[in-house]
Amino acid sequence: MKNELPRWVDMGLIPLLNVTAAFLVSGLVVLFIGENPILAIQEMIFGALGYGEGFGFTLYYTTNFIFTGLAVAVAFHAGLFNIGGEGQAYIAGLGVALVCLSLGATFPWWLTFPVAIVGAGVFGAAWALIPAWLQAKRGSHIVITTIMFNFIAASLMVYLLVNVLKVPGSMEPATARFAAGGTLPYLRDMIPAFGFSPANVSIFWALACCVFVYILIWRTRLGYEMRTFGFSQSAAVYAGISPTKIIVVTMMISGALAGMMALNEVMGQAQKLQDNFVAGYGFVGIAVALMGRSHPVGIVLAALLFGILYQGGAELAFAMPAISRDMIVVIQGLVILFAGALEHMFRPSLIKLFSRREPALAPAE
Amino acid sequence: MKLKLFAAVAAAAMMATSAFAADFKPALIFDMGGKFDKSFNESAYNGAEKFKADTGIEYAEFEVTNASQREQAIRNFARRGHSPIIVMGFQNAEPLGTVAPQFPETEFAIIDMVVDLPNVRSVVFNEHEGSYLVGLLAGMKSETGTVGFVGGMDVPLIRKFACGYVQGVKAADAEAKVIQNMTGETPAAWNDPVKGGEITKAQIDGGADVVYAAAGGTGVGVLQKAADEGKFSIGVDSNQNYLHPGSVLTSMVKRVDVAVYNAFLDAKEGKFETGFNALGLEADGVGWALDDNNADLVSDEMKAAVEKAKAEIIAGDIAVHDYMSSDSCPVM
Amino acid sequence: MSETNSSAATAPSPTSPRAIELIGINKRFGPVHANKDINLSVGQGSIHGIIGENGAGKSTLMSIIYGFYQADSGEIRIKGQPITIKDSQAAISAGIGMVHQHFMLVENFSVLENIILGAEGGAVLAGALAKARKDLKHLEEEYQLDVDPDAIIEDLPVGLQQRVEILKALYRGADILILDEPTGVLTPAEADHLFRILEQLKAQGKTIILITHKLREIMAITDTVSVMRRGEMVATVTTAETSLAELAELMVGRNVLLNVEKTPATPGDVLLEVEDLTVRDDRGVIMVDQVSLDVRAGEIVGIAGVAGNGQSELLEAISGIYPALSGRVLLKGEPIHVTGDADPALLREKGMAHVPEDRHHMGLVLPFEENENAILGYQVREPFVKGPFLDLGAMRRDAAEKIEKYDIRPPNPRLKTGNFSGGNQQKIVLAREMEQNPDVLIIGQPTRGVDIGAIEFIHKRIVEMRDAGKAILLVSVELDEIRSLADRVLVMFAGRVVGECTPDTPEGEIGMLMAGIERAEAAE
Repeated sequence: MKNELPRWVDMGLIPLLNVTAAFLVSGLVVLFIGENPILAIQEMIFGALGYGEGFGFTLYYTTNFIFTGLAVAVAFHAGLFNIGGEGQAYIAGLGVALVCLSLGATFPWWLTFPVAIVGAGVFGAAWALIPAWLQAKRGSHIVITTIMFNFIAASLMVYLLVNVLKVPGSMEPATARFAAGGTLPYLRDMIPAFGFSPANVSIFWALACCVFVYILIWRTRLGYEMRTFGFSQSAAVYAGISPTKIIVVTMMISGALAGMMALNEVMGQAQKLQDNFVAGYGFVGIAVALMGRSHPVGIVLAALLFGILYQGGAELAFAMPAISRDMIVVIQGLVILFAGALEHMFRPSLIKLFSRREPALAPAE
Repeated sequence: MKLKLFAAVAAAAMMATSAFAADFKPALIFDMGGKFDKSFNESAYNGAEKFKADTGIEYAEFEVTNASQREQAIRNFARRGHSPIIVMGFQNAEPLGTVAPQFPETEFAIIDMVVDLPNVRSVVFNEHEGSYLVGLLAGMKSETGTVGFVGGMDVPLIRKFACGYVQGVKAADAEAKVIQNMTGETPAAWNDPVKGGEITKAQIDGGADVVYAAAGGTGVGVLQKAADEGKFSIGVDSNQNYLHPGSVLTSMVKRVDVAVYNAFLDAKEGKFETGFNALGLEADGVGWALDDNNADLVSDEMKAAVEKAKAEIIAGDIAVHDYMSSDSCPVM
Repeated sequence: MSETNSSAATAPSPTSPRAIELIGINKRFGPVHANKDINLSVGQGSIHGIIGENGAGKSTLMSIIYGFYQADSGEIRIKGQPITIKDSQAAISAGIGMVHQHFMLVENFSVLENIILGAEGGAVLAGALAKARKDLKHLEEEYQLDVDPDAIIEDLPVGLQQRVEILKALYRGADILILDEPTGVLTPAEADHLFRILEQLKAQGKTIILITHKLREIMAITDTVSVMRRGEMVATVTTAETSLAELAELMVGRNVLLNVEKTPATPGDVLLEVEDLTVRDDRGVIMVDQVSLDVRAGEIVGIAGVAGNGQSELLEAISGIYPALSGRVLLKGEPIHVTGDADPALLREKGMAHVPEDRHHMGLVLPFEENENAILGYQVREPFVKGPFLDLGAMRRDAAEKIEKYDIRPPNPRLKTGNFSGGNQQKIVLAREMEQNPDVLIIGQPTRGVDIGAIEFIHKRIVEMRDAGKAILLVSVELDEIRSLADRVLVMFAGRVVGECTPDTPEGEIGMLMAGIERAEAAE
């Protein structure tokens, strides 16, 4: 506790340093394969932020990452490591699809949307409930069970898509396209500058979820109990907080948030449920939550960064044939490495620097 | 003033892009498997590389990493004036259906799927016919009366392979048993040779002595295990007979490379025809592979039978059921 | 008897060769002076005991010898030669072996694999294993330490696991063997066996340092004994020339008497009743053994005892944190559920407050802001919550009031709790628990790690609570604290209440009860 840094350093300077370091190393890699790193980064930034359609794609990716990042963060506040966002979102897609298929033809989108939100939340939460219950009652480690549930979700969904939900005669393991009332309006419908990008109104719901998470964690009794449990299980038991209740409730909230991702992908982008639509966004949520310090504001910023990396990376692969999609994964991986695993690289020297500048606030223990 | 001029030039340049189509700029979009999947996408890559080697013309390419990029990639290439643009795989059908009408001057081709638009060439393969032929060979070669089928991911396309294969086996031996397994339910099933080997071992333990791998990169493990166990295997997509001479009975070849090569070449020569293009046995789009590596494994009797069946299918005397026409298989 | 202090550094038999000597060892951890000018000299081929209460500095001293810590100043000599021990590797090569209280064994490895661990000598194990098997057999014969080399550690009883630790040390060529509380986990029969092994090792010329707080063991097996108290080595004596009573008094020592002004208690109704409470811990060991006690309104009942004799478990069971095996607890005459799913929240509701022993892990959430900790356990109560929401304003106002009343410094309710000093942290806990106006107050170690000024304040508040008619159950390992605060003193030893006395009972007498010596026995 003695090694505290000013908030702006912890939330701003350190992530910035980490990202810069990641880009420097990525630049070396780009240089190594014989391309100009300055041009590469220009291409990336322009592709992600420089024109309407690119920015639309960035926002569309950002929406996914906000949801999965929030999911990881909420669990993290209670000391739980939910790496099952992938599976929870996948199953939630089923909930969204069922709502959209049954209501989409009769109701306008603004009536279907709230029901789809409930569908996504309930299905995502249900998928998180089982690992939570196993953790609370049987002590099965949640990291193991949630990752196993990702595989079970994948198997279950492919079975359903291939055998139950598929359109007869179609080769694609996907449901039929939703009727207009089962799809979300694109941002481009309001602002034509967004071109053909799939960004849609679910981003507003993502921002609303950020506010919800902020209030939940720092302004409610439940959030207080979650944080107590996350910091110290023995203190939680002392305070009369039931570990079972906290684990189960937290994981269900986390699963529901992960599930919200399906709104963007299924109801927004694809307008149908297709196999493997989660495509790793659940896992990236872990990095987003880590980088965002599990704070909604940090998560929005980190999600935007990863949105830029995804969209900018795709543009880069177009513009520079030598930079393959695997190179893009390397760059994304470096950012995750520096933001997550090497998070403590700059910390000790910064602590030294700042403790020299500001004498300790309070006497040490 | 200067700024305005610049803007005007830029706008003109944007509008002019399609006019530059004259300087030939082909493009190829791989699907999620990636261009080195040792199978479908790689076959397309080989076709494109051959085109490059033959004509000296560079082509642009992009590997899709998530669903939303499909449409984005097609549009990006079209905007930048590429034509023809070939997209790989059935999952690109919908995005192509959206983008192609927006670029009526651009020529598109889709492999493995049908998109009915005036500027799209759709190339599909009658895999069930090719699978029927190799099934016939398997049924004749088997001494145990039991053969195996290892699929990749459980999708209708692979069931189409399986269904044709079973029909062929039954044609050779109505009593024959076919053990079928899919490697998995996720795209990882296309590239899991270890699991492919395990499944093959289990099938061999169950009595199978010929195993057909329709599983992309996973098939490498299937072929390896069959060779280790002294049994026979059947390769897929490209001619894989060379991998284990004396053990790979034959391969069900699907000439994706030819389809890509021809699309590029036709466009270059200005005779790109759009429309439905089902490559079956007749067009040599699918077939069975016979070369030095497996010549000793295929008896004259088998050769005669399979060529006869091929002729009968082409003539329409044998109707091989297509799983995807009914989402079911009468023999399974 | 306290004159022995002056002979602290005198070795009992300076003629025999010295296996290990410590000269002027000092070690500080921040403001805590854990080891103060320690001198120690142990003769070759002898068994030397070190006794002292928890926190007296024994473990720190042994850690310095074994290279876990570096002394700030002082010198260590092995067989007369000055030596620097910068890590445990250096300690091992100097011939020092350590058997820790908690075994350092890989549970799913075999005995043989554990013994060569860290001494594999090369990438290929097979050779090392064969050689070790031979050496081990030799060692086992020499010291009559019978262990199956192929047994898996987790299948062995603790007594045998300890033997493996000893063999491990011997295998690495230890001449000086340090055993840290070796009998803590053993049954009496296993302990006897261990002592026979130690005698055997001594006969073979090994030097043994035995750390314990059990006086009987010291009397039974050691040749010489040193007593540590508050970081100082207060005496070193020859075992044959001392007595249990003398050691007990040396160990408990005399403290600066903290005068707490209080009037005689006027006990009222029984508010807390404990009947035959038995608690078994996670390892399956009975830690509280049929304890019965009662606390009346307006009195402080103190539980004295050396740490680890079941006081912590007693508190946790009464306060509903850890389920008891059997027995009953009555709060204001009403039975409360302590054996099954006990619920601390319910107990709070019924008027019981609890200041836990371990404020870092239980009483406080250190990364929280002060005002957040000020509602821990009461996060369900008005005015801190309104419906499902926290009322931050009310929390901070309330915290500010308590900060003023309890003189918590710095007076900032938004400061992270970890940034407060130990004494102020303890005041945060006390303020929270006392200001809820409970009827029964359970307090564990109220002044552990707390500076003198805060101690006085805390003691005063506890007495005020008593005078306000609260029933207070107080557990402390500081005998002085018990004696100055409690109206009645219960002594716990090995999970049982072994005696009840008045606070003015002589220290030595309470000390002997704490050491498990019956009164009749002590009178001899």
